[in-house]
Amino acid sequence: MSSLLRLLRFLQPFAGWVALSVLVGTAAVAASIGLLGTSAYLIARAALHPSVAALQVAIVGVRFFGLSRAGMRYLERLITHSVNFRLLARLRTWFYQALEPLAPARLLDFRSGDLLSRAMNDIDTLENFYVRAVAPPMIALVVTVGVSSFVGRYHPALAGLLLAALILAGVGLPLLAHLLSRAAGQAAVTRRAQLSAGLVELIQGASDLAAYGQSESYLQRVLAAGSSLSAAQAAIGRVGALVNGLSLLISGLAVWAVLVVGLPLVGARFDGVSLAVLVLVVMASFEAVNPLAPAAQHMQSSLAAARRLFELVDAPPAVSPPREAIAPPWCGDVRIRGLSFCYAPGDPPALDDFSLDLPPGRQVALVGPSGAGKSTLFHLLLRFWEFSQGEIWLDGHDIRRYAPDDVRQLLVVISQQTYLFAGSLRQNLLLACPQAAPAALEAAIQGAQLADVVARLPHGLDTWVGERGAHLSGGERQRVALGRALLRLNNQPAGILLLDEPTANLDVENERRFWAALRVAAAGRSLVLITHRLAGLEDMDEVIVLRAGRVVERGRQADLVQAGGDFARLWEIHRQSLPE
Amino acid sequence: MNLNRRFLEQVKLVWPKLGLAILAGFLAGLATIWQASRISRVVTGAFLEGADLSASLPALWALLAAIGLRAGLVFASEWAASAAAIRVKQEVRETILRRLVALGPAYVEGERSGDVTNTLTQGIEALDAYFSQYLPQLALAGLLPLAYLVVIFPRDPLSGAVLLLTGPLIPLFMFLIGNMAQALTRTQWAVLGKMSAYFLDTLQGLTTLKTLGRSQEQGARIARVSERYRQTTMAVLRVTFLSALVLELLSTIGTAIVAVEIGLRLLYGHMDFEIAFFLLLLAPEFYFPLRALGLRFHASMAGVAAARSLMALLDEPAQLAAEGAPSIPKPASAGSKGTLERLPRRGFSRPGDLDGQSLRAPFRIAFDQVSYTYPGRVQPAVEDISLEIAAGQQVAVVGPSGAGKSTLARLLLRFADPQAGEITLNGQPIATLPLAEWRAQIGWVPQRPTLFLDTLAANLRLARPDAALADLHRAARAAYLDDWIDSLPQGFETLIGEGGARLSGGQAQRLALARAFLRDAPLLILDEPTAHLDIEQEDRLQAALARLCQARTVLVIAHRLSTAARADRVLVMEAGRLVQAGAHSDLLRQAGVYARLLSADRGGEA
Repeated sequence: MSSLLRLLRFLQPFAGWVALSVLVGTAAVAASIGLLGTSAYLIARAALHPSVAALQVAIVGVRFFGLSRAGMRYLERLITHSVNFRLLARLRTWFYQALEPLAPARLLDFRSGDLLSRAMNDIDTLENFYVRAVAPPMIALVVTVGVSSFVGRYHPALAGLLLAALILAGVGLPLLAHLLSRAAGQAAVTRRAQLSAGLVELIQGASDLAAYGQSESYLQRVLAAGSSLSAAQAAIGRVGALVNGLSLLISGLAVWAVLVVGLPLVGARFDGVSLAVLVLVVMASFEAVNPLAPAAQHMQSSLAAARRLFELVDAPPAVSPPREAIAPPWCGDVRIRGLSFCYAPGDPPALDDFSLDLPPGRQVALVGPSGAGKSTLFHLLLRFWEFSQGEIWLDGHDIRRYAPDDVRQLLVVISQQTYLFAGSLRQNLLLACPQAAPAALEAAIQGAQLADVVARLPHGLDTWVGERGAHLSGGERQRVALGRALLRLNNQPAGILLLDEPTANLDVENERRFWAALRVAAAGRSLVLITHRLAGLEDMDEVIVLRAGRVVERGRQADLVQAGGDFARLWEIHRQSLPE
Repeated sequence: MNLNRRFLEQVKLVWPKLGLAILAGFLAGLATIWQASRISRVVTGAFLEGADLSASLPALWALLAAIGLRAGLVFASEWAASAAAIRVKQEVRETILRRLVALGPAYVEGERSGDVTNTLTQGIEALDAYFSQYLPQLALAGLLPLAYLVVIFPRDPLSGAVLLLTGPLIPLFMFLIGNMAQALTRTQWAVLGKMSAYFLDTLQGLTTLKTLGRSQEQGARIARVSERYRQTTMAVLRVTFLSALVLELLSTIGTAIVAVEIGLRLLYGHMDFEIAFFLLLLAPEFYFPLRALGLRFHASMAGVAAARSLMALLDEPAQLAAEGAPSIPKPASAGSKGTLERLPRRGFSRPGDLDGQSLRAPFRIAFDQVSYTYPGRVQPAVEDISLEIAAGQQVAVVGPSGAGKSTLARLLLRFADPQAGEITLNGQPIATLPLAEWRAQIGWVPQRPTLFLDTLAANLRLARPDAALADLHRAARAAYLDDWIDSLPQGFETLIGEGGARLSGGQAQRLALARAFLRDAPLLILDEPTAHLDIEQEDRLQAALARLCQARTVLVIAHRLSTAARADRVLVMEAGRLVQAGAHSDLLRQAGVYARLLSADRGGEA
């Protein structure tokens, strides 16, 4: 219920349009009832051979209803579509704004489950929530009340009959459909999910399956999932056919009952002309209740979609901004003391009693095996997660007193994988700094060694990079990331570079180019590098060895090699792995 | 037009069900005529003849029968139509999946995989409306109005003529305006699709936007872009909805013309009321199948578009030379059922099933002037490659990304056959060996192995379905996966993937290695086996790898030169060509690509 109320609230800003569309929709149904009713009146009166003048009103009525029905339907379509698009825009904006504070901490668990495309589907379902689930019952209600009171003027029993039949068709049938197809409907949902998961594996795992000779046996599994989906769909199809048959039966029986009850009343309560009118009015009035069975279905799927979305966005954000943020940091002096952090209560600490001084210009490397907590430090600095133990000071103030966005302005991140948006190369670069001057953009392109990429692309900087930047290679994408970083550093003299294994996915040639470009850009900047490779750490002011969240060693690289500890052991393995 | 032929093949398959749907629908139409005539009789009796309830009873009972009959027939018709559609979907799914498996990994991998998955999940469902609604309605829209006219004409030629003249205008306008409106609508939906893609893109890049400090302004941008799309879309819809308006007008005005025309004739006593009322009841029914066709035409358009992309998959040329080599008779039998292409069912053959003299270890592999270009590309992925891997030798392939290293592995696995040249095993072309048995001789360790939503044991048994638990333990230990598996409460029965345990890149790669241990095949293909490992894991794994490679013929794609240095021989590739070959120590001394790559690797980081 509360989900429904919350959903309806989305319609509030365009309540006027909603009311108008119900009005016009009702008018459209009323026009078809009116067309058949006045037609019946026209020919029944004509059969009594009155003067032509007596028929004039009826003829005008027939013409009016014949024309207005189509007009009303046209207006209804326009208004409902307009409401739909407004609703869609509102839903998307709302969803984005609700999701924004949650990223990435609260979304991490969902990433593998393709959370976002599911959310997109849910929003698309809700897009039609108004037209398919809300408007039909409202129109049906108004028409039912109107047509029953019209029939009631002839005889209350007839009105009662019609009302009962309309309720049976409009409420009883959807209920019946729901009861009969509930089990099959749920089965269809899970089996469809199984089938598509199987399909994805069959396609994405095609190489593994083929190489291991298992394509055929896996194909059989997927086909079996398809057959069981078909069985569920067949059950749903049967119920659908049954409901349509029954709805014809109910409207037919209503006409029949009106004839049986109305026949003896002819002459006593009303004339024969009225009987003809009543038959056609009753027949036409079912147009209002026929969309209710699909509407009920749509209401259900809308509510399910809404519940999923609400559940997602109702999660509390991992980091709440301070009530009154202090002025943005400008110098970029970081001091960390005794920082400890667990991703979930009960988990082993990802960082344990970590301290670090990073005054402007200092360059530090964090090394250690995967899972040692290296990336956690970045997550905390970026204010993606909240920490409770220890302190992070930025320019002499607790980092939690700044607005998180102000902190992020100071941090320039390059990670293993760079997300590129479907847009031009220029747009992707300028995202880092929309107000950058053309000269600054050019400098960034040169500095990131992107010039030859730009030259190669058919439309230069304005070439579309494909969805998720698919048209660029891994090395090129990382250089775009570097280009973004250079644009930001250009604007942010105190910017701190945070590098999280930026070349992990690159081949040696691209790796070399990346570091060559970075070395120039990073000169004199604060820098924290996360790596599990040991080459090139000689120039670092400090190398910190992390293991299970704890600092096991720290110092300059040369000293660590001398010290004969953990780092020296890793160094030995590294040295031996180098080809002679 | 090709499309219609393919569709017709499917129609043949479900002809009895579709026929039943159409027949029952047609009979329901006749019941409608009967129903109208009985209503008209009862009303006329009460209105003009003073008949009481008992006098009208025969007609009322007949009316009840007509109502029941019509409802029952409509049920039968829709049931049969939905069953037909479900059957078609299942057949299409099976045909296409078999085709995809036959096309092999070279076709479905990579950038197309998303498209293909979409087509298969949503595209096939979209066929439903075409088969369950459009096709039966198409037949009924042709048959029912004719049946109504046959009944109406003898009773009243004038009304018959009004219907005959206005009725065909509906399909005519439908196609005239419809086509134009359709094109407009389609471009508009494409625009909306772009809008959706933009939204999804923004959501997916949310973390990036946040690190760049750009995330908060995007909410307002989404609202702005949506509103702009709403305005342009509505401007188009205002025009396209006119077609629906015209169709609606034709049928209501047709009904109105009939009503007024028979009303006036009644007035002057030129007509019988019973017939007139009958005609009035029937007029809307006459237009109904025609209007329904228009509505369902729209609903089926998605299906037609989907069918087009599905059929494109069927028409794709195979990447592999036809199976069934002349030299070795094939054990499996090929059959065909109905109109569908069936592939021979291949039983799984265990590694070690050696058949044919060439399939005898140790293996000597040779590439002879091999070239391959991916479909749809101009630039060959590998060109004129000649090389030899002696039995029991370990050969590493190095080179920058895109040099064609992985293509060599794919050709060797026969995911595709080269367009020129030949790959031979102990002198016999591998294209002439039975595919399943050839692949059974290969252990393969890809860089990113696919993990299936199943237990760890099932994921390992991919390499050997009949492996005993003890074998799994042995393989896991050899790949240094045992510590991790032992730490899991459910051990080998742990579900992996969504909702289950999640594997790190290193763990996934060791799982692939465990598969290769389990496979125990004479030929090994490794794609940089240590790519996702940190330095300690890599060190441990090297020992395991060395054991795995013993006494096998090995092709290893090396991204790290340390891996290449351990091989017996190194092949250096650049832009699809083999540019250097020799032992690591020899190549070091030559000035060339290898020496350049090596200096890059040592140049190190910042």
